[in-house]
Amino acid sequence: MIVKKEMIAMLLAGGQGSRLGILTSNMAKPAVSFGGKYRIIDFPLSNCINSGVDTVGVLTQYMPLRLNTHVGIGIPWDLDKNVGGVSVLSPYEQISHTEWYTGTANAIYQNLAYMESFNPDYVLILSGDHIYKMDYEAMLDFHKENNADVTIAVMPVPMEEASRFGIMITDEDKKIVDFEEKPAHPRSNLASMGIYIFNWKVLKDSLISNKEQPNLDFGKHIIPYCRDNGSPLYAYEFNGYWKDVGTLTSYWEANMELIDIVPEFNLYEEYWKIYTKSTSNVPQYFGPESAVERTIIGEGTEIFGRVYNSVIGCDVTIERGAEVRDSILMNGTHVGAGCRLHKVIAAENVTIGEGAALGEGYDIPNDTRPDIYREGIVTLGEGTVVPKGVSIGKNVMISGETTPEDYPGSRLESGRTLVKEGDVQ
Amino acid sequence: MRAVGVILAGGNSRRMKELSRKRAVCAMPVAGSYRSIDFALSNMEHSRIQKVAVLTQYNSRSLNEHLASSKWWDFGRKQGGMFLFTPSFADANSQWYRGTADAIAQNIGFLKTSHEPYVVIASGDCVYKMDYNEVLEYHVAKRADITVVVKEMPESFNVERYGTVQMDADGRIQEFVEKPVVAQYSTISCGIYVIRRRLLIELLEKSMEENRYDLVQDILIRYRGLKKIYGYKLHNYWSNIATVEDYYRTNMDFLNPEIRDYFFKQYPEVHSKVADLPPAKYNVGVHIRNSLLSSGCIVNGTVENSVLFQQVYVGNNCVIRNSLILNDVYIGDNTIIENCVVESGGTIQANSCYKGENGIRIVVEKGERYTI
Repeated sequence: MIVKKEMIAMLLAGGQGSRLGILTSNMAKPAVSFGGKYRIIDFPLSNCINSGVDTVGVLTQYMPLRLNTHVGIGIPWDLDKNVGGVSVLSPYEQISHTEWYTGTANAIYQNLAYMESFNPDYVLILSGDHIYKMDYEAMLDFHKENNADVTIAVMPVPMEEASRFGIMITDEDKKIVDFEEKPAHPRSNLASMGIYIFNWKVLKDSLISNKEQPNLDFGKHIIPYCRDNGSPLYAYEFNGYWKDVGTLTSYWEANMELIDIVPEFNLYEEYWKIYTKSTSNVPQYFGPESAVERTIIGEGTEIFGRVYNSVIGCDVTIERGAEVRDSILMNGTHVGAGCRLHKVIAAENVTIGEGAALGEGYDIPNDTRPDIYREGIVTLGEGTVVPKGVSIGKNVMISGETTPEDYPGSRLESGRTLVKEGDVQ
Repeated sequence: MRAVGVILAGGNSRRMKELSRKRAVCAMPVAGSYRSIDFALSNMEHSRIQKVAVLTQYNSRSLNEHLASSKWWDFGRKQGGMFLFTPSFADANSQWYRGTADAIAQNIGFLKTSHEPYVVIASGDCVYKMDYNEVLEYHVAKRADITVVVKEMPESFNVERYGTVQMDADGRIQEFVEKPVVAQYSTISCGIYVIRRRLLIELLEKSMEENRYDLVQDILIRYRGLKKIYGYKLHNYWSNIATVEDYYRTNMDFLNPEIRDYFFKQYPEVHSKVADLPPAKYNVGVHIRNSLLSSGCIVNGTVENSVLFQQVYVGNNCVIRNSLILNDVYIGDNTIIENCVVESGGTIQANSCYKGENGIRIVVEKGERYTI
């Protein structure tokens, strides 16, 4: 068989994404729901097929079940191909040196044989935790024009935020002359997006040369190695919408941006569609006493109550008299009659009993992870059950099947963490 | 499964009025996100029938597009799968399908090269869920030659466009009156048949020799004394959509919670082509009461007792009542639509008013659209 793919993609989807708290307690970050009916990995996968990249290796490690089920053989993205298509690549046992994926580049190194089998000229390295639409083919054209060995996608960020990113310093031809990781005094505002195009030979050589390096990482080891070897590195500037949804607050914000009248990130354009595995085709129903404003809603959802400023997934039910505001409810969530929800993120298949009130009280920091559960958001882990009639404060995290006994005086104060099953994040 | 499937999807109906201008009845959008033929196809899938022929003829573009991939019903198979048969012209044959029997007879090779002992024949213009295995078991138990799925309709139901039957205590069909002017029986044929494959081949070949082309007239009615034809009673929801009134009513039935529950929440699911549309979006000033809406809709106005299909845009201050808005319709600001079926792809100018005064009004507007 003659196999030739000009460029293949390797999508890093193995990380936990611990800053998303309970949302990633049983699935990798790329599998987390986004925008009502999507999962985060849909964005890079759709970008691949829209850019003409039809061979994608998805590297998984942390909690891969949901991701595997979602990606399957790639049908929703037309990545079910005779040659290429999507392949889920998990760590595997070897005769010697069996190990987990210990770093981003180590994961790629362990799949050299996969890449080699497609005889590629270029390899595109992607991560599965950003929301954006990008034409990787245009980036490849840039890469070729400059005879680059490595091209790194960068994005201009406000100078005052530049110290949070990996910063690329370029000359007037966009050739990278230096780079610094989270610099205190940034010399440029071009932040690395974690998207790389490598010439295959350069990638292969640098992975093999550095294979003994513990926790082999692109940013820390491979890119510096390429620079030190005199490889031409170029920065490809991207000016579209690009959102890191790595923290609960940025996740919440990115979802909320979708409900603007003309959102900056527009899912309604016919060009550059985002594909996902649809769980159902069922239309949504609005009952006789329902109300809805500034909200997007997925398939099969039934609304009998009132919903404002929210992102609602598929097969959600909001019963009569319930009021949901500024919230994200993922697939299969059930909100009982008369509930009041304010700034709630409910992961999949959460059940909220009748008359419960969530997100009411003072803004007291979370007692366990104030860095994650903040901004007044109430976070409910997958499958959480909230009993009827209870009142819950702000910055609260709840996970598992809770019962009325867990709520003394039917109240859970702001800042509390209540975990019945799963690990505390 | 011991049967192959045949779906009759070629039909057009004058009673669909303007709605049939651009598509076969089987391709009519139903219940927001489906097409009529999805129900028969999903039934075939869930009955584990692995080889299905779909016979199309009339204006089949829209249907072909819908069936372009058979993967949605798991018919994208190496063995069996879905076969789409439109009339094809060759030396031996240069005819359109002259009737339902002729349609199958012109593709008799499909039956002859199959090995399954039975054939399930269904029409693609009915909305129902059914496990054809139950009919097949009944057919075998009764030692029937042909089994017809029938449904008892209330006395008030107008049977004049259906085939009506009278059955004896054992379920054998005694009388079969097609499209009666004066209704004698209130049990109607649902257009679903089970028959042994060899017998069907034999009856079709004989009919062709005699230039008889209709499955009902020339096989069921003509042979009702000679062959043992049984009726299998269907008790669940079943509706034929082939008139504007029935089409409207069938869609409105989905506003009923029991019917939604039956079709959408109980196993098995009805499958359809996935449209890859974004979630529906509701902006400021929206009022929605007792309505179904589908993916890709953007709503800014009022919607009551209506079904909005996929990708409908409703402008500011619009009022939509008791209407079906089919796929990809753009409705400009300040527009009123009542008791209408708005044909798909339409563009309704701002500040217009459409009301069905005596019955359902069909709105076909091909205004120019400026897309962003």
